[in-house]
Amino acid sequence: MNTRSGPFAGIADALAQIGACGLFGLQVLAALPASLRHWRETVRQIWFTGAMSLVIIMTCGLFVGMVLGLQLYYVLSIFGGTAALGTVVSLSLYRELGPVVTALLFAGRAGTSITAEIGLMRATDQLDAMEMMAVDPVAYVATPRFIAGILAMPLLACVFNALGIFGAHLVGVNWLGLDNGTFWSNMTSSVDVWKDVVNGVWKSAVFGGVVALIAVFQGYTTAPTSEGVAHATTRTVVFSSIVVLAVDFVMTAFLM
Amino acid sequence: MLGRKTIFDDVDVDIPRGKITAIMGPSGCGKTTLLRHISGQRMPDAGRIEIDGANVPTLPRPALFGLREKIGYLFQNSALLTDYDVFENVAFPLRQHLRLPEDVLRNIVLTKLEAVGLRGAAALMPAELSGGMARRVALARAIIRDPMLILYDEPFVGLDPIALNQVLRMIRTLNDTLGVTSVLVAHEFSAVARVADLVYLLAGGKIVAHGTPEELRKDPSPWTRQFFGGEADGPVPFQYPAGDYAADLGFAEAAR
Repeated sequence: MNTRSGPFAGIADALAQIGACGLFGLQVLAALPASLRHWRETVRQIWFTGAMSLVIIMTCGLFVGMVLGLQLYYVLSIFGGTAALGTVVSLSLYRELGPVVTALLFAGRAGTSITAEIGLMRATDQLDAMEMMAVDPVAYVATPRFIAGILAMPLLACVFNALGIFGAHLVGVNWLGLDNGTFWSNMTSSVDVWKDVVNGVWKSAVFGGVVALIAVFQGYTTAPTSEGVAHATTRTVVFSSIVVLAVDFVMTAFLM
Repeated sequence: MLGRKTIFDDVDVDIPRGKITAIMGPSGCGKTTLLRHISGQRMPDAGRIEIDGANVPTLPRPALFGLREKIGYLFQNSALLTDYDVFENVAFPLRQHLRLPEDVLRNIVLTKLEAVGLRGAAALMPAELSGGMARRVALARAIIRDPMLILYDEPFVGLDPIALNQVLRMIRTLNDTLGVTSVLVAHEFSAVARVADLVYLLAGGKIVAHGTPEELRKDPSPWTRQFFGGEADGPVPFQYPAGDYAADLGFAEAAR
């Protein structure tokens, strides 16, 4: 039976993609020692994927925090528990919303740009040119972007969380009149650095690695045509979003 | 083999050391594929490809990279790294493999750029270059490490007569002064005849003629007559295999 046609075609293709991406991930990890020679490229990629994503991360963090502050204040006021606003907002952000929303934004902003860039390099023979210059393209192109994803994502998630809390404070304290001391003291007394903040940072690092690996793999294996690059870019966002949410569930279950 | 199609069948090419050998043939006959096999970018299903005593298909990756450090490759579409300017593109192989003082590296790069007439374009980005200029930058990059073997894929495409003369002179000079072995894939017999010591004519997956340019010019075989005479009729079909022309145009029914 031919699994590449009929109703099983999609499933077979998806499984093949997962397998190929896994094998590519091993190649990327194996190239880690060689990529240390290209540390400047890694720093450049941290700049491109991390620093260049700051505006969208900060803007979204602020608005997510403001919406959280508004919604939770309304819900908590029904039970007379508005004093817990700082606690609920910060726990939501540190544990879930910060890492997950940042990862989804990271996939949309940095992941797509990684895929398109590497896809164009594939289409214009730049990766083959590196091979011919005896430079391993996995070590020079793929691994630095993978490392950049792992390092940049936790930093971006921290910025997202900070702006989110600032947004919630803006709405809850400055606009709706919640006591400033209550907001901060309840938050600091109920947030645990290791259980809440550090676990969120771990999650972010894993999400960063997952998104960067998917983005690099899609770019590396794209068909060398404009249509191929467009499809690969779309697949990066779709696959990254699904995998991030699935991995989030698994990690949350283990870290609880 | 490429899929189910046989690309080469019993191809035997001897490239003499220190000589310029041209591979010619109709479009799509596999000239670029042959270069990619020689450089180890593609692996044959059977047979041997020997460079300097080493059988390329059986070389492990580190040894293949070691061999490639002694090979210059000019890609058909130049394959310049789009993130770097002209200077950095040419300097790339030096930066990756050697630890040279910056002023030494700068002098080597500018010398090669001067040789291709583009020293003044060192600060330009690849997107700012014409096709011919990009090809000359790629040529400077291919010869930056004074390789023992240079593989030129269509080196004359897009060059104006002035640049063409310079490139021809440079290929000849590299060969005469440094004893570099050159393999060039091209269509332009008039240009090839001015530099090549030996020409192989590839068609239908086989070597159909070989000899010096003068010998091929006088060769009476239908392959050489058709290819160098530019005739549509001959052993190489001009038309891609197709059904009945009249039927395709809808005239067959009317004729009945």
